[in-house]
Amino acid sequence: MNDCDAVVVGSGPAGATVADVLAHAGHHVIVLEKGANHLLSFDAPFDLLGHLSNDEIKFLRRHFLGPDPLLEPRTFRRSEADGDRLFVGEVNNLPSTVGGAGFHADAKLPRFRAVDFHARSELGPIDGADIVDWPVQYDDLEPFYDEAEKLLGVAGDAAQNPFAEWRSSPYPMPPGPDMYGATLSTAAARELGLHPYAAPTGVNSVPYDGRAACNNCGCCANFGCPIDAKGDPVAPLRRALSTGRVEIRPLSHVSEILLDATGKQATGVRYLDTSTQPPEIREVRARMVVLGCGAFETPRLLLRSGIANSSGLVGRYMMHHFQTFVLGIFDHRLHGYRGRSVTHLHDDHMLVDDASRAHAREHGLPYFRGGLVEHGGGGHPLMEAIHLPPGPRHTQTMLESPMRDRLWAFTMQGEDLPQVTNQIDLDPQVVDVHGHAAGRVTYSSHPHDLVASSYCSPLLERVLQRAGATSTFVATSPSLHGDGPRLAPNSKHVMGTCRMGDDPRTSVVDPTHRCWDVDNVAIADASVFPTSAGYGPTLTLVAMALRASRTWL
Amino acid sequence: MSTSLRYLTAEQHRVVTAAADRLVPPLDAHPGAGALGAADYIDGALGAFATNPPLVFTGGPFSGRFGGDARWGEFMALTPLEELAWRTRIEGSRGDPAREWNGPVRGWQEIYADGFAALGADFADLDPAVQDERLRTASRDFRTVFYEHVCEACYGPPEYGGNRDLAGWRAIQFPGDVQPRGWTDEEVSSRE
Ligand SMILES: Cc1cc2nc3c(=O)[nH]c(=O)nc-3n(C[C@H](O)[C@H](O)[C@H](O)COP(=O)(O)OP(=O)(O)OC[C@H]3O[C@@H](n4cnc5c(N)ncnc54)[C@H](O)[C@@H]3O)c2cc1C
Ligand code: SF4
Repeated sequence: MNDCDAVVVGSGPAGATVADVLAHAGHHVIVLEKGANHLLSFDAPFDLLGHLSNDEIKFLRRHFLGPDPLLEPRTFRRSEADGDRLFVGEVNNLPSTVGGAGFHADAKLPRFRAVDFHARSELGPIDGADIVDWPVQYDDLEPFYDEAEKLLGVAGDAAQNPFAEWRSSPYPMPPGPDMYGATLSTAAARELGLHPYAAPTGVNSVPYDGRAACNNCGCCANFGCPIDAKGDPVAPLRRALSTGRVEIRPLSHVSEILLDATGKQATGVRYLDTSTQPPEIREVRARMVVLGCGAFETPRLLLRSGIANSSGLVGRYMMHHFQTFVLGIFDHRLHGYRGRSVTHLHDDHMLVDDASRAHAREHGLPYFRGGLVEHGGGGHPLMEAIHLPPGPRHTQTMLESPMRDRLWAFTMQGEDLPQVTNQIDLDPQVVDVHGHAAGRVTYSSHPHDLVASSYCSPLLERVLQRAGATSTFVATSPSLHGDGPRLAPNSKHVMGTCRMGDDPRTSVVDPTHRCWDVDNVAIADASVFPTSAGYGPTLTLVAMALRASRTWL
Repeated sequence: MSTSLRYLTAEQHRVVTAAADRLVPPLDAHPGAGALGAADYIDGALGAFATNPPLVFTGGPFSGRFGGDARWGEFMALTPLEELAWRTRIEGSRGDPAREWNGPVRGWQEIYADGFAALGADFADLDPAVQDERLRTASRDFRTVFYEHVCEACYGPPEYGGNRDLAGWRAIQFPGDVQPRGWTDEEVSSRE
């Protein structure tokens, strides 16, 4: 006897999208979410709970959104040569709470370009990486991109980006106001031949879908919108709940996927109800199990359950984007604390041209691609304070604020290549609070990622100098220097750990996201991405989930 | 100094106040960490569980500083797992198997106890050079946690006990949490 038609694990953008689609098709859905609910009431009209705010201690220092690294540590090493692990703690953690990370992102939601779905056949292979074409192409996905932009509410102006792919309709909202720093960096970028454009952002520039317009409070990334001006994923969660066929259970940590006697069909999941301590063990039985735990926790759950891994590829090909930060310090204040953190992007470094090919060949590569560049403001006061050394100059430097109020930054989200040795597996010793093996990341950057970064950063420094920066410098994530946590990637873009393909020997899920080995288990998140492109993954993962989930039940 | 302490003794409060000023010093008319309330902040962090709900997460959504009802002073109830994490982080695991899933954890209270031993009860009355020397001899764990707490006290929201009279934010020209007022389009885009 089933408890519902589908059980969805995780309530972020992926899980919320699937719950909405399945419920609108008439199915009953239970969503299990290991985090607490700080987002919305589960009773109509599903108002925000009022837990989210502009408090830097609560959101950036005390893990309010989880996962608390004491309860759920992750471990990291660059390669086996580092031994079992280099450190224990946070490794590219994303919020773990109803709504996942979506509501706590600054939500730049660009589309990928057509070439990103077939880089292998258009650009060719690169040694040491397994670049493959996606079984889904841009033209297949375009209607779902369009649907996702309207569902989440994306503000943008496609005409500003000459490299944007074709689209069937305009963005549903115009862009919001330009941050002052972006007016300087975009003007300088244009003068140097680049093509900046207003970032397509999942933030309301005008009231939309019953939600307020953004008031530019400056606490966008990592916080959560206190005034309901972001749609991802509160809009699909509200739509799903309003059908009356969706139940969301927070504090429900799924520990295992249950199979029938044949071992080829899932019957449901087992989970820990953590609303009591010690937790209660419970089960949900369903015709279909959908995983939307994010590309770190989805493979961890599959590995723990010991399923869907006849290819041996669960957890492999982990990708994060190689981030290059080009920072410019100005002689006057830029008030980057006003606005949506990032208001402009440019795509130029995603293009392969003769000059970049020549540089690539000098470094033994056939070509390389950089990534999307975000034009954004400096950090928050505690970030700046803790980053500085203590002592006599501390207060003086805080007053001058080179790393916050006088900072403007480019972040390039560099495409990182899929390497079979980059993976998440189960740590042999370290466990979470429930005694389950912690996820362990083994990750080193491909030379491609480093060459792209070092090629693009001098130009980006020149742009900032032209914009008025009196000094500039470059940093990366993962860091190429130092020790400890900075050696791990921290991009918040995690992809690729259960890759999709046409062949069960070389992929974990089929082109409709069903696991080859257990076809009533499907994966809704960015685990399925075969390559990472150089764009934030979220709009693409939502579009992919819209497309696939309509074929499931 | 606040009239009722949650965790620190009056003597420790005086030591913390003096030591915090060595890390984030006063400058001209701007108060240092001591006068901004670092000791009150740390008293609240180490003694978070002296009240229920504990002083871990402020309420929301608005502080009242830029409109809306002032709700940050009403701290939030913790889930059972959050309580386990925060008691372990603050008190340490103290040999309790329920807190030692990855082995023993030293809590802030234990780390500060070592720190007080290294700084000495007479710390506030010493020459600055001697104070700095004592701070250097304290454990690395203490120096890390103490410095982070001092920064949080100076430049975090005042509901946690620091940033007295918002003087920390005023000094650095940071307006603080601006919801629900936010910023107008003009304020976002113009140089001023
Ligand atoms: C600060 C920040 C800024 C970002 N900016 C951008 C951006 O500008 N553009 C962009 O495209 N992306 C951005 N991202 C990334 C974006 O948030 C993610 O791509 C997106 O949230 C992924 O959606 P998801 O549903 O797959 O996973 P998540 O949002 O991570 O949600 C997964 C959920 O599953 C739950 N879960 C996991 N395991 C279990 C389990 N065993 N049992 C029950 N529940 C479980 C988790 O608690 C979590 O709530 C940003 C992220 C952050 C943190
Ligand atoms: S910047 Fe806008 S969307 Fe982001 S949290 Fe503030 S009000 Fe909400």
